[in-house]
Amino acid sequence: MTVDICSMTLTEAATALQKRELTARAAVRACLDRIAATEPAIGALLHVDADGALARAEELDAQGPRADQPLWGVPVTVKDALSTKGIPTTAASRILENFVPFYDAFVVDRLRKAGAILLGKANMDEFAMGSSTENSAFKPTRNPWNTGRVPGGSSGGSAASVAAGQCFASLGSDTGGSIRQPAAFCGCVGLKPTYGRVSRYGLFAFASSLDQVGPLTRTVEDCARVLTVIAGHDPRDTTSEPRPDEDFTTAVRVAGTRLAGVRLGVPRDFFGEGLAGEVRDACEAALERARELGAELVDVQLPPTDIASATYYIIAMAEASSNLARYDGVRYGRRAPDVHTLDELYVESRSQGFGEEVKRRIMLGSYVLSSGYYDAYFRKAAQTRRLIRDAWCAALEGCDAICTPVAPVTAWPLGSHATNPLQAYLMDAYTIPVNLAGLPGLSLPVGLGSESRMPVGLQFIGKAFDEGTLLRVGHVLEQALPGIGSPRIPV
Amino acid sequence: MTQEQPRRVSREEVRHMAELSRLAVTEEEERLFSRQFGDILAHMDLLSRVDTQGVEPLYSPLAHAAATRADEALRVRTRAEVLANSPEPNTEYFVVPRIV
Repeated sequence: MTVDICSMTLTEAATALQKRELTARAAVRACLDRIAATEPAIGALLHVDADGALARAEELDAQGPRADQPLWGVPVTVKDALSTKGIPTTAASRILENFVPFYDAFVVDRLRKAGAILLGKANMDEFAMGSSTENSAFKPTRNPWNTGRVPGGSSGGSAASVAAGQCFASLGSDTGGSIRQPAAFCGCVGLKPTYGRVSRYGLFAFASSLDQVGPLTRTVEDCARVLTVIAGHDPRDTTSEPRPDEDFTTAVRVAGTRLAGVRLGVPRDFFGEGLAGEVRDACEAALERARELGAELVDVQLPPTDIASATYYIIAMAEASSNLARYDGVRYGRRAPDVHTLDELYVESRSQGFGEEVKRRIMLGSYVLSSGYYDAYFRKAAQTRRLIRDAWCAALEGCDAICTPVAPVTAWPLGSHATNPLQAYLMDAYTIPVNLAGLPGLSLPVGLGSESRMPVGLQFIGKAFDEGTLLRVGHVLEQALPGIGSPRIPV
Repeated sequence: MTQEQPRRVSREEVRHMAELSRLAVTEEEERLFSRQFGDILAHMDLLSRVDTQGVEPLYSPLAHAAATRADEALRVRTRAEVLANSPEPNTEYFVVPRIV
């Protein structure tokens, strides 16, 4: 019987590679074939480095597997917001259309050192601004489960790439849910680590106090394996937490099959108005399964989601307007032709290079930071942020993790939020408090919606730097749930 | 989700916001943004009902104090690397259009 390499989990593939039951070249070849077959339907990638990946595979095969390289020979993709040396990196923006970095992001360097092979760069919403991957300047990505629907965003290319079997793992970035929501929409596991756990060096900044890099994978064990590789202190990022490396892979392996002694906090308000019935049903069934496995479900009270949403968008837009000021057409990126003054150079280069959603957020960000509005908006949001963080941390004192839906609905049809950005912003209500508080959040596929037949994700939120608990709980529950299968992509 | 009453953002205000952002907006964008910004700012105005009297703002969720590196000049990049993505090719400097 022929083994379908692309349907293996990362852990299975890594084990086969280490035992030389699979060559790195065969793994890369299988993924490239899958990319060729699926890309016309889903458009998950902005750049495929086929030659580079095959050359690296041959180099690794010649050297032989190394036990100290946990991702030896494993093909991966990374979001196009992560800098890759010698490989185009655009953040899905016209303003960086021809940009080729001369350095690797910290996490890309870590992946390479662990033996992973970089296949390509995943599509995304421009500068990570969006929740559908329709805001990419180059093309939308489509959901592998139903190509008429969005894959979520902003790391939609990463999620679709993993779900479609183009790679064994991908890295995304999460500013307000941009790993967890596309993971939920595409039936993957997605983890937003604690703020400071993973270096942001080489991540093109959207909102610096909220952004965090994390893995998207097919299983929780795979997620633990990738997190173990990319987590760690980096002196080049002043917000990188100086703490010893942790082995999450082993922590998951010894998790057992029961959840006895685990207290899961459930904010009942998050399961009420505004949540689609099919999402509620799938999440509640998974929580019931957790209870059967021995977990204790306890009620927790949290601030209303609309307050967190307003707080988040003020802070995110303010930080974006500041971060994106660097794109001025002088040192890198698009430069407008035929300009006659320095002001024209800036204004025309930015106006031609940025897409509509990015302009919208920069302008609102400038507004909330401007004199006369700073106190009413930005300072007020920063004060509210403290109240939200304190409330979440207090709720986590009484439990090991808090469980919420990832998104109020399953993946929606392409184009359905095109004319109403506020409607799209409100779709992040369950994920954004986690970024405001800097906590870790894991998105676990728990079923298919009874009406849409699209994946549903349940979110586990933990104490700062307690990713180990989220991964253990997620792994035990994952083993006990029936599984959602794989998408059948039209090829 | 509850929302405050819609508010109006004039096209003049949109032009001012664009100017602050070093962006130019077309007439069509002015019309679009003026309508959308009203709804978005009305949503942000929800914060007016939160009592933040005496609350210290939180600008970063960082658990540790941000560490700064020593103030030492380092040559970590070559000139060629730094200039490699310059919009106007030149091996020595960043070139901008002559304006005087």
